Amino acid sequence: MGTLPEPFAGWFAARGWTPRPHQLALWRAARAGESALLIAPTGGGKTLAGFLPTLLDLHASPREGLHTLYVSPLKALAVDIARNLMDPVEQMGLPVRIETRTGDTPQNRRARQRESPPQILLTTPESLAVLLSSPDSPELFGGLRAVVVDEAHAMAGTKRGDQLCLLMARLDALAPGLRRVGLSATVAHPDALRAWLSPTARAEDVRLVLGRGGAEPVMDLLLPKGHLPWGGHMGIASAPGVLARIADAAVTIVFVNTRAQAELIFAALWRLNEGNLPIGLHHGSLQIEQRRKVEAAMSAGRLRAVVATASLDLGIDWGAVDQVIQVGAPKGVARLLQRIGRANHRMDEPSRAVLVPANRFEVIECVASTEAVRAHELDGEPPRPGGLDVLAQHLLAMACQAPFRPDDLYAEVTRAGAYATLSRRDFDDVLRFVEDGGYALRAYERFRRLFRDAEGLVHVCDLKVARQARMNLGTIVDTPMLKVRLRGGPVLGEVEEWFASTLEPGHCFIFAGQTLRYEGIDALTMVVTRGGEGEPRVPAYAGSRMPLSTNLSLRVRSILADPRRWRALPEPVRDWLRLQQRRSELPQRDGMLIEVFPRAGRWFLVAYCFEGRLAHQTLGMLVTKRMERMGYGPMGYLGTDYVLATWSAFEPTDPERLFEEDILGEELEEWIAESSMLRRTFRNIATIAGLIEKNHPGAEKSGRQMSMNSDLIYDVLRRHEPDHILLRATRAEAATGLTDVGRIATLLARVRGAIRIRRLDRVSPLAVPALIEEGREWVAGGAEDALLAEAAALVDDATGGAEHFADVLSEVTEGLRVRSGVVDRPRRQDRKRRPPLRRFVRSARLPGGDAAP
Amino acid sequence: MTPAPLHLAGERLMLDPAGVVAWPAQRTLVVSDLHLEKGSHFAARGFFVPPYDTRETLAKLALAVRRYAPARLVLLGDSFHDAGGCQRMAPADCAALGRLLAGVAEVVWVLGNHDPVAPVGLPGIATEALTDGPLTFRHEADPRAAGELSGHFHPKATLPTRAGPVSRPCFATDGRRVILPAFGAYTGGLDMRDPALGGLFPRGGRVFLLGADRLFSVPLAPMRRRAESTA
Repeated sequence: MGTLPEPFAGWFAARGWTPRPHQLALWRAARAGESALLIAPTGGGKTLAGFLPTLLDLHASPREGLHTLYVSPLKALAVDIARNLMDPVEQMGLPVRIETRTGDTPQNRRARQRESPPQILLTTPESLAVLLSSPDSPELFGGLRAVVVDEAHAMAGTKRGDQLCLLMARLDALAPGLRRVGLSATVAHPDALRAWLSPTARAEDVRLVLGRGGAEPVMDLLLPKGHLPWGGHMGIASAPGVLARIADAAVTIVFVNTRAQAELIFAALWRLNEGNLPIGLHHGSLQIEQRRKVEAAMSAGRLRAVVATASLDLGIDWGAVDQVIQVGAPKGVARLLQRIGRANHRMDEPSRAVLVPANRFEVIECVASTEAVRAHELDGEPPRPGGLDVLAQHLLAMACQAPFRPDDLYAEVTRAGAYATLSRRDFDDVLRFVEDGGYALRAYERFRRLFRDAEGLVHVCDLKVARQARMNLGTIVDTPMLKVRLRGGPVLGEVEEWFASTLEPGHCFIFAGQTLRYEGIDALTMVVTRGGEGEPRVPAYAGSRMPLSTNLSLRVRSILADPRRWRALPEPVRDWLRLQQRRSELPQRDGMLIEVFPRAGRWFLVAYCFEGRLAHQTLGMLVTKRMERMGYGPMGYLGTDYVLATWSAFEPTDPERLFEEDILGEELEEWIAESSMLRRTFRNIATIAGLIEKNHPGAEKSGRQMSMNSDLIYDVLRRHEPDHILLRATRAEAATGLTDVGRIATLLARVRGAIRIRRLDRVSPLAVPALIEEGREWVAGGAEDALLAEAAALVDDATGGAEHFADVLSEVTEGLRVRSGVVDRPRRQDRKRRPPLRRFVRSARLPGGDAAP
Repeated sequence: MTPAPLHLAGERLMLDPAGVVAWPAQRTLVVSDLHLEKGSHFAARGFFVPPYDTRETLAKLALAVRRYAPARLVLLGDSFHDAGGCQRMAPADCAALGRLLAGVAEVVWVLGNHDPVAPVGLPGIATEALTDGPLTFRHEADPRAAGELSGHFHPKATLPTRAGPVSRPCFATDGRRVILPAFGAYTGGLDMRDPALGGLFPRGGRVFLLGADRLFSVPLAPMRRRAESTA
């Protein structure tokens, strides 16, 4: 079985192609009725491999009704795949209809799809959830033969992946014998991904097909001319070099790590862009039409480069891209590979990638990632167990579809890979939550959403409940955003509400590649005009920076600890490390170095933990709590990807005590009570679980629809029912999510008995980048009240009681205002040459005549 | 708990960090926007928020009543989240409210937009507005009034600190009126910069942010003209 039947063989031959081994392997799996996971680098004809068995089957035995469902994480990808799939279908004259179903599908087409479904339907997890919550879905899906999950690696381990996993378990129940096909980029844990995809939650029930690796990527390092920066993450100093590389290549994607960085690099490139190379901007906060325009210009070859964030990590193939530039350290090997793979989707030619570290620590990280790519060593955690909030949403949706017996549904749910380890207790508690909130105080029985009939079947109470459930389907929770609109002009995109709250009319900021002046807020829109004076701010977005991965951390530590490996490093970095050797010492691979030194009347403690920014921020709160207890008088701390630094009034005489494992006991509990990150986690969980109403973008809130502030709920629930299922879900998520408690535990265990303390008389060379890092956290511990007291006192001092508030206060506190990892300001060197940005943007005309985004 | 003194129409008031106002001369305690039974109101619409808000709010109010031992308790409206709230109260909460009110000689229910009728079966008198000497108590501020205490808006203010902006419920005053923060466990807030609220203080004033045991006072800028809506 190595050859395809006609007309397929002819179709391949006419294009000078031969079916690739993995395409045939998936066909064999399909004929054996087996599920399969295809892991292959981009450009291997992966998508066609996923659909080929379906097309062959429909050619051999044409039939009506839904045959194959394709699920993608991106709407745009579904639409694009549908388009690409039309070609072979039309050219071979196959009796196959292909349609998409997303949130954008108009009502009349949805109705038509129900009456006369296409053979192949392309959709997203959210739209599938809506379809499956409907009582007529058994009819629609009864004859389904295959589910194709695209970009499976990007879904597994996320809440959207949890949801998809549950939905596939239901599809199995509706259409027994259904095959699953996963398409994935290379991952560190293929077996965990197989288990996630598996209809039985067992990896061995999914056949693993490996695509041939492409040519090795060609990677090099680009350093700024002249001085190598000590700190900063933006990489602006390298803009001239980046522009030169863009000019040398045909089409380039410039990847950056945050949206703020995208705006700054885009501005910096245009400042230098005397040849007017068409360069575009693409990030997740820009208006969708703007992004589509850039994507279209890119695929039409009208752009020489696009500056992009993770918004372009996945998605449509652009064959023409021949170079990827990563500005700022990549933070993870898997992500770096994914990004490199965006260049050159022709397998046999190497992808070209340029790494642009922003500071000297990042140089080491970039070298470490290059080595990891060469060693084919990937990172990434195996997918975590599914979230209970997603389960709550699913149980309600399934009740909307048809009455169920809890025993049966439990069995079905635990066949989903993400929920294989779900305990019956958690399942029952989630079900109780869905029924009436599941509180110990049974106050809401009369409002219940579900009831059990005499035979033990669980029904949804009325149509109103079902309607509401459908409105709240989906696991993407948006942070409160404000649209940004030019006065009398179009909407440009959106920024987080809190960023808007830091602006006063007249302030200017950089967004969508232009300098904008904040005028005010009108309803739910931020009104801006072009231009503006003064130092522009850059909107930043919470949680947008990915922390350093565990594997890269180990590689960075190994390079630091072993001078023989410094050969790969540029000279200034080697000098810097040698200086560190003389003044202090280098962190060991497996232990932890702590430096303690006085500076400017304070005592600094720098711990070289290398566990990533999120873990360090959490650890910083715990450590400073303990410092308080030990009488060191902590004043603040800072977590970078590499170190945790604290400063205090008194010398930390016993630093080991600060890093003992019991810090995860009392201090953690205390911190949980006030952590804003846990509050954010709870907010997401409460929204997904249906405890509070989802914000429907665009829908104006009236007083009646106003949903309740989740912080208030969190406080009340913590006091009255600390063991409630949603708080259990919040704690579980905290271990891996925004707080990375899990990594702290690993760190503390690793360094036990291997902490080296160096008492120095001044700052060490290695500590400098951390201490000039922007964004510091003030110390926690009743912190908010202390901060308010300080701010109020400052105002009084500054104004002598004069009754004028906002301006004066922001002046007084401006220099002090800091938020770790959230606010990124333009780097200082920008300040010297700043012609108005507007000009560059105006001149940024695409050859096609569209204005630059 | 350190209250802050404030003079309004010649009367000395105490603003309490718990979010209540005491008028010692008349042994009066003023509280606004309890929104009792807001939780069950949401539950009836299918959002099962924890059913502990009423008891939490009442426990906090009982503390304030114990501390000031007032002869008169003035509730500035929206005491219940909706007209049916009073009937939905759990027996235990009902009893707690009864005990609390029994300790006060005079209870005045100023009516609000959420609870436009007097609560059934509870002691006290109901009124649209109460005037006592130079002071007037009503639910929603009257822009022309002076010497007025009101609620309704749930004012909160945001103060930039060196660790980022911090938002808290607050008292707002300009020497003519005091607007009280909402007292209920599930009551959110409206930012002072909102025109509906800021517009009541055209010449600026002062806000007092609630802290754990003290208030944080900062001046309030005069309301600027907001951006005109776009064409």
